[in-house]
Amino acid sequence: MGREFVFFEEETMEADLWSLYRQMLRSRLFEEKVMELWDVGHISGEMHLGLGEEAIIAGVVSHLQEGDAMALDHRGTPPLVMRGIDLVSLLRELLGFEDGLCGGWGGHMHLFSQELLAASTGIVGATGPMGVGFALSAQVLRPHNIAVAFFGEGAVNQGMVMESLNLAVVWNLPVLFVCKDNTLSITTYSPSVTGGNLLERARSFGMKARDVDGTDVEQVFSCAGELIRELRDQNGPAFILARCAHFEGHMLGDPLLRVVRHPLQRGKEISGGVVRATLSKKGIPRDDRMKNLWTIASLLKKAAAGQKKKGNDPIYLARQKLLKDKTHLYQIEKDVREEIDEALKAALLTAERDGGN
Amino acid sequence: MEGIEMRKMSFSEAIEDALLQAMAEDTRIIYMGEDAHTYRMNLFVRFGEKRVKPTPISEAAFLGAAVAAAMTGLKPVVEFVLVDFIGVAMDALLNHAAKIRDFSGGRWNIPLVVRAPCGGGYGDGGQHEQSLWGWLAHIPGLSVVVPSNPKDAGRLMLTALEHENPVIYCEHGLLADAWLEYMGRGGRKSVQYDIPSEGMSGPVPDRWEPIPLGKAAVLRDGKDLTLLSLGVGVHRCLEAALTLEKKGVSASVIDLRTVAPLDRETIVAKVSESGRMLVVDEDYKSFGLSGELAATVMEAGVPAKFRRVCTETTIPYSRLLEDETLPGTEKIVDAALVLLEE
Repeated sequence: MGREFVFFEEETMEADLWSLYRQMLRSRLFEEKVMELWDVGHISGEMHLGLGEEAIIAGVVSHLQEGDAMALDHRGTPPLVMRGIDLVSLLRELLGFEDGLCGGWGGHMHLFSQELLAASTGIVGATGPMGVGFALSAQVLRPHNIAVAFFGEGAVNQGMVMESLNLAVVWNLPVLFVCKDNTLSITTYSPSVTGGNLLERARSFGMKARDVDGTDVEQVFSCAGELIRELRDQNGPAFILARCAHFEGHMLGDPLLRVVRHPLQRGKEISGGVVRATLSKKGIPRDDRMKNLWTIASLLKKAAAGQKKKGNDPIYLARQKLLKDKTHLYQIEKDVREEIDEALKAALLTAERDGGN
Repeated sequence: MEGIEMRKMSFSEAIEDALLQAMAEDTRIIYMGEDAHTYRMNLFVRFGEKRVKPTPISEAAFLGAAVAAAMTGLKPVVEFVLVDFIGVAMDALLNHAAKIRDFSGGRWNIPLVVRAPCGGGYGDGGQHEQSLWGWLAHIPGLSVVVPSNPKDAGRLMLTALEHENPVIYCEHGLLADAWLEYMGRGGRKSVQYDIPSEGMSGPVPDRWEPIPLGKAAVLRDGKDLTLLSLGVGVHRCLEAALTLEKKGVSASVIDLRTVAPLDRETIVAKVSESGRMLVVDEDYKSFGLSGELAATVMEAGVPAKFRRVCTETTIPYSRLLEDETLPGTEKIVDAALVLLEE
């Protein structure tokens, strides 16, 4: 199978917004199809999408070359799509076919591509040690190569992530830790369970740490480019804290967003227990219980704020800058749409014969 | 003593109801876990953040801390999103929770409950669907319970809370309706799971009382064959027993309910009656519970024919492959028929 992976031969320091936009759009449209497949039940269990974090992924992986490795978290689809994985094979994996990318064994949280040196994990924080190990191989076997480890801000409270930051520094490893910060650890407001500041935390291990607007793909691209160049020159690990939103919450069917989007239906389902919890004897004073209800309401507000809107959508923001050449823009959008539509069609072509989910 | 069964509850409701009862009566019980304010909203609202603590994603730290808190007066219930994630915190269980009582010459107890959803059947793949109860029970010093219906779910939660040492409370995802709605359906009506209805919903007592730890339940009596299982497997066995009955085979079904301590007496007694044992275990086949059950019968000197239907590999993501991997009713019937012919 002649797959064409996207390997960037030379380090491009000049952001090409057109190609970054194209990659983001490919990922977005692909994941929107995945969302539809999940909705109709072709994907049975959980589904964590990268809707909202495309600029971070595109800005980082556009610098990767053959021999670079990626440690991917439970949102592994966007980096693989952008690095040129066969879309049909990826879709067939998500649909549970035995000819999918991982033979139907992995699913979206356990996607692997040895050709791309890309591995994903459903264990929060496990990409830290994985990135360190990939970088160790690079240091010994492929001195110009690097590793990238993606994780969320919630993962930075895992011991193994902090241990990895330290190990990467003391072994001077070429690993870029990319922390995608949407402020919610599943449904918990991350600052409420995180001591100090994550940039300072990374710096305290003795590595460079940079803060970027994760909705601005050019900013991510130029920041990642500078850090990756230093990594290739054997100048130790680095850390990027990129802020973004997750439009669909932690996962499709996110419990907070379901209340936000279907307040009457979900409200009815949960109100009985909550009313009893508020009024029943034994427990903390009623006034304090009201405060607890307020805590939950504030979480709902935060989840609601992460839904897609102009200001937090990296694709909308990049597109605004590209509207100056509408002909080119529309052509790209048409091409991408066709590519994704065709991939889905091909993936479903033999669905009835092959079973699947 | 059991209360009169007046109420009907789902599996998840039963656990929560037992917890509410116990937490209202014993202020030393604290609850912690990721997203506790969202997933345990009713506990959180009623008892507040001092006793119902949302944690960072730091399993090694909060489970380790819970062990020490249990040593110094609190009775922590630590909830994991999935039993698979216990891997991150294994040291706290393996080297501390399980051993401190012995290290202290039996003087220092660790009243800790670890609540962990487990099991497969909803298409989430091999890092999210393991059972691991036999793997955990392998460690001396840990008790492991696996309820199969709402009544036992609530009662065994009480049992765990009243026990003076660590209990791992395994809550099967296919039975735990609230959990499955969250991890599986996510509000959809478009997905189907093979949920045993009597496991997910059923009668419960008005007031929760604990049952003895290590007491199996004989759910069905039969003379030809003894089926031994736990969790969802119990329901698959009951279904298989009905099919077998139509083929003229009379099978008994034993719900182990606890892996450790194991109710060896009941197991040996029932297997001696039939002379044939078939173990149905969603946990891994080799070096685990199913082998332990065979050893139990052998050590008792009871001659018996033995077969087992267990999970043998990593659990695949694809629903078709997953079905082929997990112990299902058809496989149980087939294994039973082979056993009867031997």
